[in-house]
Amino acid sequence: MLATEHLIIAPILIPLIAGALMLLYDESQRKAKLGISIASTIALLFVAIELLNRSKGTPLSGGNEISFYLLGNWAVPFGIILVLDRLSALMLVLVAMLAIPTMVYAGANWHKQGQHFNSLFQFLLMGLNGAFLTGDLFNLFVFFEVLLAASYGLLLHGSGQVKVRAGIHYIAMNLVGSLFFLVGVALIYGVTGTLSMAQLSQMVGNIAPSERPLFHAGAAIMGVAFLIKAGLWPLSFWLPITYMASAAPVAAIFSVMTKVGVYVILRLSMLIFGLGAGESAGFGADVLVWGGMATMLFGVFGVLGSQGLGRMAAHLVLISSGTVLSAIGLALMGGGTVLLSGALYYMVSSTLATTMLFLLIEPMTREQGGIAAMLALTADAYGLDADEEDEEEGGLAIPGTMTILGLCFGVCVIVLASLPPLSGFIGKVAMLSGMLGVGALPGWVSWPFLAVLMLSGFATLLGLVRIGIQTFWASDSKPPKVLAMEFAPLILLVSIIVAITLRGDAVLRYTDATARALHDPLIYSVGVSEPRRSTVTQEETGE
Amino acid sequence: MEIVLSAAIGVLAASGIWLVLRPRTFQVVIGLCLLSYAVNIFIFSMGRLTIGKPAIMPKGGWVNAAEYADPLPQALVLTAIVISFATTALFLVVMMVSKGLTGTDHVDGSEPDRNSEGK
Repeated sequence: MLATEHLIIAPILIPLIAGALMLLYDESQRKAKLGISIASTIALLFVAIELLNRSKGTPLSGGNEISFYLLGNWAVPFGIILVLDRLSALMLVLVAMLAIPTMVYAGANWHKQGQHFNSLFQFLLMGLNGAFLTGDLFNLFVFFEVLLAASYGLLLHGSGQVKVRAGIHYIAMNLVGSLFFLVGVALIYGVTGTLSMAQLSQMVGNIAPSERPLFHAGAAIMGVAFLIKAGLWPLSFWLPITYMASAAPVAAIFSVMTKVGVYVILRLSMLIFGLGAGESAGFGADVLVWGGMATMLFGVFGVLGSQGLGRMAAHLVLISSGTVLSAIGLALMGGGTVLLSGALYYMVSSTLATTMLFLLIEPMTREQGGIAAMLALTADAYGLDADEEDEEEGGLAIPGTMTILGLCFGVCVIVLASLPPLSGFIGKVAMLSGMLGVGALPGWVSWPFLAVLMLSGFATLLGLVRIGIQTFWASDSKPPKVLAMEFAPLILLVSIIVAITLRGDAVLRYTDATARALHDPLIYSVGVSEPRRSTVTQEETGE
Repeated sequence: MEIVLSAAIGVLAASGIWLVLRPRTFQVVIGLCLLSYAVNIFIFSMGRLTIGKPAIMPKGGWVNAAEYADPLPQALVLTAIVISFATTALFLVVMMVSKGLTGTDHVDGSEPDRNSEGK
């Protein structure tokens, strides 16, 4: 009984303990560290799946079970709480699904390149999970700082001038962003006197008209901080440089960091500026819709203009978060639950695919003179005389390297360009059918979105196929030597993508219910402040 | 009191923003410090300005809440100070590494052309 009650805090505690434990190990004991890291991420996945199942609730509770955890056991509006609902459970599972392959991949080579990689990685996971679970704005800030502090360390992992230069820009950008966050939080507290998200969503309809502009200003300033993380144009110029400079596994896990910004925007705008918000309903929707589309266009130009796969992948991250931000804005305008559900599904599948792409970049460019091979876009002078025979040196390298890499790359392309068989297509179809089927949105906003969405898919296809042809067909260099430990995560990610495609109905059912719950802020706010459950919790923990 | 405090916040924030936009890393760090001072005072002032009122209430019994200062912003400010102090320190380390690696304290890691650098 006690254990199930306390499971909600496990996604924060597991990486914290694992990360702290590994600080005690010497740098030379890498195997032990790797073992602890992988055990911790696997434990996270199991906890996240258990929490996901719990958040589905029972038919009695209307298919939504809002569980919460009282840290310090203070009564609900006063203390710090962790809240688990469908959306946060979905994000927890997504992070855990990405963390395992990334960690395994890093274990092959990358974690040797610098100190405390494993600990920093775990602290990053802790910050991510905390940000998804927290129920009040100030702890959101604290967990953001935890994950950012870890990400500063991770970005500099491996050292080198490029990383340090990108690091300075990245850190300065995020420090200023954090200050924006604080100003916004302070303004909101000054107006409403609360920081609890649930209480805010109940109060927002009753704010005095004279105070409302101040509240909006606070929300907008806070929104800037999240939009910097999410990479909304024009706040996104730091992103491609940072992602390109960072080590492969770091860039892979960073691709979920933009989704933290997206998550917070989704959570807060649906909760605070949803239907019950009175005059504030739909605040910021225009900015999200048009800003998201601008981000997608920026990403499209970036993808088409990129010479290297790294830069291209970074712009694909921008396209992905721009799409979801636009869809959130449309949902705020009344775009309907199907649209939002499709956007959530799209977010999951595109995050998986961009992560995989970041993991693919390094093996694909290995032993080909690095970036030089990627630059050789007009390198048709090369003949096709090279026979693609593998040289098996050492026991761990896998034959047929190029075949496996090519297949994984193909899966990435299909998902990111949203071509039919795989999950990216399902996500986009769900979004578009939701938008056009309901018809609640005016044409001047839905048609541009449709056009940009199609354009982004086409540009992705064009850009990635160009790189793919260069690397896999037109290349005359020897196939790179790739370790089994670097293949395993790719295979794992491919199988996850195939799984969410085959079981697309189940995933979409879940995201449907999530989108419905998000459209009804009362489910969250009443679920959190429900007195019966809080007393039960108090009694149980008191015993 | 309100005028003095808001003027202080304004001056700190303005100087901070100006310095953050400067090309030298040291200026950026000082700018971030000034900005975070401004933000900290701002958070503090959001608990409403009071003079001579304690923030901690006695335990038990009925207390007149109006006699006490709002304790929450004070707690928030404490957290914010610690966090911004720590991250600024980390930034300082990265800055010094950059100076060591590139030999310049320019934020881009390389000196711009003499002619194009405007003061």
